[in-house]
Amino acid sequence: MINASMRQVWLAVLKRDLRIAARRRSDALNPLLFLLMVVTLFPLGVGPGPDILARIAPGIIWVAALLASLLGLERLFKDDFQDGTLEQLCLLPQPLAFTTTAKVMAHWLLTGLPLVILSPLLALLLSLPMQGWWALALSLLLGTPALSALGAIGAALTLQVQRGSSLISLILIPLFIPLLIFATAAVENASMGLAVHGQLAILAAISVLTITLSPLAIAAGIKMSVN
Amino acid sequence: MWRWLHPYAKPEATYRLVEKLLPWFAALTFISLAVGVAWGLAFAPADYQQGDSYRIIFLHVPAAIFSMGAYAGMAIMGGIALIWQIKTAEWSIPAIAPVGAALTVVALLTGAIWGKPMWGTWWVWDARLTSELILLFLYIGVMALYFAFDDARTGAKAAAILSLVGVINLPIIHYSVEWWNTLHQGATITKFERPSIATSMLIPLLICLAGFLFLTISLVMMRLKNEILRHELGRPWAQQELEKN
Amino acid sequence: MTQETTAKVPLLHAEQLSSTRGGRVLFDELSFQLHPGELWQVTGPNGAGKSTLLRMLAGLLEPTEGRIRFNGASLHDNWQSYCQQLLFIGHKAAVKGELTALENFYWQQQLTASPNTDGWDLLEKLGLLGLEDELTGRLSAGQQRRVALTRLWANKAKLWILDEPFTSLDVQGVALLQKRFAEHLADEGCIIFTSHQSLTLSELSPKLIDLSQAVQVYSEAAYD
Repeated sequence: MINASMRQVWLAVLKRDLRIAARRRSDALNPLLFLLMVVTLFPLGVGPGPDILARIAPGIIWVAALLASLLGLERLFKDDFQDGTLEQLCLLPQPLAFTTTAKVMAHWLLTGLPLVILSPLLALLLSLPMQGWWALALSLLLGTPALSALGAIGAALTLQVQRGSSLISLILIPLFIPLLIFATAAVENASMGLAVHGQLAILAAISVLTITLSPLAIAAGIKMSVN
Repeated sequence: MWRWLHPYAKPEATYRLVEKLLPWFAALTFISLAVGVAWGLAFAPADYQQGDSYRIIFLHVPAAIFSMGAYAGMAIMGGIALIWQIKTAEWSIPAIAPVGAALTVVALLTGAIWGKPMWGTWWVWDARLTSELILLFLYIGVMALYFAFDDARTGAKAAAILSLVGVINLPIIHYSVEWWNTLHQGATITKFERPSIATSMLIPLLICLAGFLFLTISLVMMRLKNEILRHELGRPWAQQELEKN
Repeated sequence: MTQETTAKVPLLHAEQLSSTRGGRVLFDELSFQLHPGELWQVTGPNGAGKSTLLRMLAGLLEPTEGRIRFNGASLHDNWQSYCQQLLFIGHKAAVKGELTALENFYWQQQLTASPNTDGWDLLEKLGLLGLEDELTGRLSAGQQRRVALTRLWANKAKLWILDEPFTSLDVQGVALLQKRFAEHLADEGCIIFTSHQSLTLSELSPKLIDLSQAVQVYSEAAYD
């Protein structure tokens, strides 16, 4: 019997997830709209003075990014879990740790990548100096894949829990903190014209470590939930 | 090599072992804590810079160290539970987590008490305290995950995976918070770095460290006994235990 | 319940399987062998452990005790080749409501790189022609079940493990599926399934595994 290649299966899972997201457009858009609205709350809350806003802009944008990522996580595996598709993925000859990375990639394409693209707009709204904009986009580009990967671990572990959304956030927020710290430091430095290579390098390193190790935890969580 | 450990995969064997050891550890705890705390709080010489307010470190430092040690221990038991599917290892996770969380709270409270005379406020985002706070969140996450499941075995497996993920992240979190703190150094200089410590203070500190070690182990043992009993209720040996008391 | 057969190596060999879920022993020391060309039905009341047994055989669940062997080697040693020979349709149909019937079918094909069966042919055979552009979520339960079952006509897997495949099917659907069963068995395939209805096609006479004498007592033997 012909066996599908790893790449074929990976692409099939990715394309299917994207197609489903295209059919449920609001599910994909809501987190981003949420992000936009949250960012707007801050000038309304702390006053529109550009100095204050510029000072706290990196932190606000990144915290909002974390929250927006958390929003969509419960559904990452839940739908597939409930209609039996996840079981079928478990029963493929390709390792589960491998096939689930396609779903994580889909999540990033729908949540992280739009964030990177939206970031100049957010920077503008919060009066971030233009010299910080590229660092913001780069920090999001380097950090959001790790957010998706960690998020997938949380989603996988809580599949059997009914309203897992707040539990996922509870579990994940401490794990997000290193990313938050280095990303915001990079953006702040860039806004002041200082060098950012160190922070971005560490951010990239944390991301790579997370992305490499997370599939093991994700697969373990799914197998445990499907049990 | 680990063959002598194999019998302890059976819950009853572990229960008996813990039952035998607990009185000893409890006694050691009582003695060392009594000696160490009394010595440190009352008899050790006052600090050159901080006067008497430093004495709280005899509680703070051991609590902080073992709050992290307990998390590492929990993660190790989690790893054992996942790899070898050993039930007693699974149950040790809900046994350790609350103890570790309590130690973290003690570390935070004593840290705040230590800081008040120096900073004038009960809380400051110092590197150590912030790390402890995040550690507390990690513990809360593990416990919340465990209790979210109806089936305790699945809950323990989930908690095990999470604690392993957490333990890998712990050094990263610790390092990044330290770095963040140096970035945003305010007016407070962290007094938690002791350049060197006089022997007359070191010895009571070590005794307190030992005391907290025994305390942690004793508390975990007590909880482990309860967890084992709870899960093995249907078994005849467990029924006998309950009838004995 | 052990079946002795001459010379043939069993496709699937279950040895002393027992399962305890939530403190209740579902079944204990269950042994049987599946050979190509055989049809097996697992019977028993609701909650007897039928789905649990099937999921165990599919490798999704670990038995509390006992082993399962595929072509002589344990499932885990043989996982890759087992997956290729296994077609499992569980209680939940693994059909995405947001995709059309055709898309659902093609996705399954892509996952298993099955030989190119024409999707249209299949739709026609299953009476789904005309619905190919409808999102599966909008179809009736019976039609959704038919979409889920399209795999049975396109896959080359030898062993079918089906949990309640006849659910929601109307009379024609049931007849269609039973005919497919017969074809698969004639092809040296093997089927184990659960159903609350008995089969009506005369050439299908399944061997039964009856779980209705579920052990209710908390059995010592199940642990040690």
